[in-house]
Amino acid sequence: MFDYLFYTSLVVFLLGLTYKISTWFRRNIGILGNGITTAQRLQSAVSGMAAVIFSARILGILEAVVLDVLLQRRVFKESVSRWLAHMLIFYGFMLLLLMHALESVISEALFSEYYSTVNPFFFLRDFFGAMVLVGVILAVVRRYFVKPRRLRSGGMDHYAITIVAVIMLSGIALLGLKIASHNEFIRMVEDYAGLDDEDEIEALETLWVKEFGTVSPNIEAPFDEELLEAGREVHESSCLDCHASAPYAFTGFATAMLIKPVVLWLDERDGVTVLWYVHIIACFIGLAYLPFSKMFHLFATPISLMTNRVMEPATSRPANVVTRQIIELDACTHCGSCSLNCSAAMVFEAIGNVYILPSEKMTLLKKLAAGKKLAEPQMRAIQEGVYLCTNCDRCTVRCPSGIRLKELWYSVRESLLQEGPPLPHVLSSFSFARGLIVQQTLATDSYADPIDKARQAVSGQFVNLMDPDTPIPLNVQTDSEAHAAVKDRTYVHCFSCQSCTTVCPVVANYDDPEQELGLLPHQIMCSLGLGLSEMAAGAGMIWDCLTCYQCQENCPQQVEVCDVLYRLKNFSVASIEQ
Amino acid sequence: MRFALFHGCNIPARVEQYADATAAVCLRLGIELVEQTAFNCCGYPVRNSDHRAYVLSAAKNLAVAEQSGLDMLVMCKCCYGSLKRAQHFLSQDPELQADINNTLTHENLEYKNKIQVKHLLSVLYHEVGLKRLKEEISKAYSGLQIAVSYGCHALRPSTVTEFDDPVSPKIFDRLVEATGAFSVEWARKLDCCGAPLTGINDQLAMDMAQKKIDSAREAGAQFICTACPYTQLQFDGVQKRMAAQSNNGEPIAPILYPQLLGLSMGIDDKTLGISKNEIDLSNITSFLISE
Repeated sequence: MFDYLFYTSLVVFLLGLTYKISTWFRRNIGILGNGITTAQRLQSAVSGMAAVIFSARILGILEAVVLDVLLQRRVFKESVSRWLAHMLIFYGFMLLLLMHALESVISEALFSEYYSTVNPFFFLRDFFGAMVLVGVILAVVRRYFVKPRRLRSGGMDHYAITIVAVIMLSGIALLGLKIASHNEFIRMVEDYAGLDDEDEIEALETLWVKEFGTVSPNIEAPFDEELLEAGREVHESSCLDCHASAPYAFTGFATAMLIKPVVLWLDERDGVTVLWYVHIIACFIGLAYLPFSKMFHLFATPISLMTNRVMEPATSRPANVVTRQIIELDACTHCGSCSLNCSAAMVFEAIGNVYILPSEKMTLLKKLAAGKKLAEPQMRAIQEGVYLCTNCDRCTVRCPSGIRLKELWYSVRESLLQEGPPLPHVLSSFSFARGLIVQQTLATDSYADPIDKARQAVSGQFVNLMDPDTPIPLNVQTDSEAHAAVKDRTYVHCFSCQSCTTVCPVVANYDDPEQELGLLPHQIMCSLGLGLSEMAAGAGMIWDCLTCYQCQENCPQQVEVCDVLYRLKNFSVASIEQ
Repeated sequence: MRFALFHGCNIPARVEQYADATAAVCLRLGIELVEQTAFNCCGYPVRNSDHRAYVLSAAKNLAVAEQSGLDMLVMCKCCYGSLKRAQHFLSQDPELQADINNTLTHENLEYKNKIQVKHLLSVLYHEVGLKRLKEEISKAYSGLQIAVSYGCHALRPSTVTEFDDPVSPKIFDRLVEATGAFSVEWARKLDCCGAPLTGINDQLAMDMAQKKIDSAREAGAQFICTACPYTQLQFDGVQKRMAAQSNNGEPIAPILYPQLLGLSMGIDDKTLGISKNEIDLSNITSFLISE
């Protein structure tokens, strides 16, 4: 049964691992990978790795392995308590895996004296288990009790904590029951002690009940002193050499003390076997599901840390960058560092789109890369979320997995802009980095398309804007919604002196500004005064406003011209989003 | 003098030499700059999209600074304008302030309008003073012609930003002159650099930049001095690209004010990140004379 379960989960794990690694070269994200085949990606990866291995950059890899992978420097910088939790879980679990789970392969080969019941191994197994348990408790406290704002927990986060917790708790419970179990005592005596004298066994049992937590159906306090003395002699001659005292396994011993009242009941129902199954099945589920869970970061994150140490944005081949970005999606542990430090966090708080938060973008991008089709609202949300980013790079700087998030946003943004609906936020200062950097590096051919698309969407269909010669109807009902949107009603003081238009550097830039801009600043103020708010909001001028505030500064009537244009832009964006 | 240093988003990602040079200069002048990791975007980029998101972003920073009891020292003119405008919006509209504070409670913050937002140049001019500045200058410039770009969002709307006289401002000129350089009079000194439309209407943005560059050149400027990451990037990366695409002559290198000041204080160019500017400005040191 054990073998059957073990090999099944091992095969699933290996197949999963192979499959996941193959996706690193097959899946695509963002605009960079278009037109690059899997074969080319593989080839680039191999030659890229070779170039690193046979150069001084290998030292960078070594540094990353020691400082970032083994010592987890980036987590330490982020938070000492998180580092402690992660180190305890990682090293505790790894040591248990090597010493305990793989004892027949590793421990027995390394230590000729190895017995799981002999110190220091008996103590160490418990100690490593306790390390993991403390780490898990710290992680649970952070995720479920401290709950920093904007740290979000998803199914994968619950799973990861649960599986580790179940493995550890079932292991400790199993050990505790084994310590307390009478069945187990009898089995050990039969298998190891080589005793057949009934009196000797009874004496030994008495000692174990008194001192080592065994719960016997036959013996209970008060204990016969002579029997105890005899038991101690038997213990010393038959047990002590191969079995350290139970209290050395401190977590197990404490558990044994705790479950004392129910041990006999459990023993009757073969509790040891049940717990053993729970423990190994949890381990095998963890193993088999590892490649598909967030635990896969065990493989992907070290690679992310190493590659990002040596890959220079300027010289990296696009094929390798895409491959790295797919690995980075697996390297993300959804730890929330990015979102906790996101500069656009308040934009998220104001408008509520979770995909403004980097960690949440990552979860959706994983799905997108896996080829899932997103529903229209989700597509809009991720497109907006990726765009409402100040490109401040904090997420990249803070990411403990070393993921170059900003580069990922740059690339994903372009493909989402191409595929998605028109996005009015393209006409905001969020576009600065796109104009400054992305235009040169990523999206040279398609750069202007999203801007044109957005301009089209916000441009007014108002007939007087389309055809300036038609007379403006002055008896229109004030479009109240648009009117209300322009809160600062300073425009009512406008007496059309045209100072705003005269000083506007945008107006001055064109030979025929009305043709280019739809309405000039004073005309916009005038339209608002007439109640033609929708017409005002449809003028191209509002999007070409440099926000230099010359108009506002020079208005003799203190009309807040520039701020009114901002309000009109807000109104226009809101209308499109509805 | 202690301030909470507001980096904004552009400086750490794209103009880190501005922060480095500012830190170096402030160290010499005895200005203590306190880092606040809780600061976030000033709200400027989201102004086009959503007014409340803008004010909330700005107010969070103001509240963080309030909590530390420090006035803010802002390097970016757009951040500066955005924060000042938000303070103004909040003080004009108690309902808005209540609504924003309601959201800020989740961050354990409250905005009470208790601190002042100050731009680097204002602090150097008004609080440090030219006299103290000159004491630190060990190698004044000679024969160096500088065109100062004031920056719209600090200058206007002047009743809100309270930076300088909007029609004939002087503090930037005086600060440049303190280093021994000559601040040229140029027609487009107070104009927009075009950066707000970079990425939105690139042609218009470049037209604006080109007009300023031509005007500075006409006035005989050898460098354009900036005190804003947007302006700096517009005259650095964008101008470089423009120069490569046209034959409007050699670009005029921009220099960040703390870089200009730092060099004259004898701070080494590595600390000031001189080589991090895209357009080469290493020849500026040839104007320095030891006193």
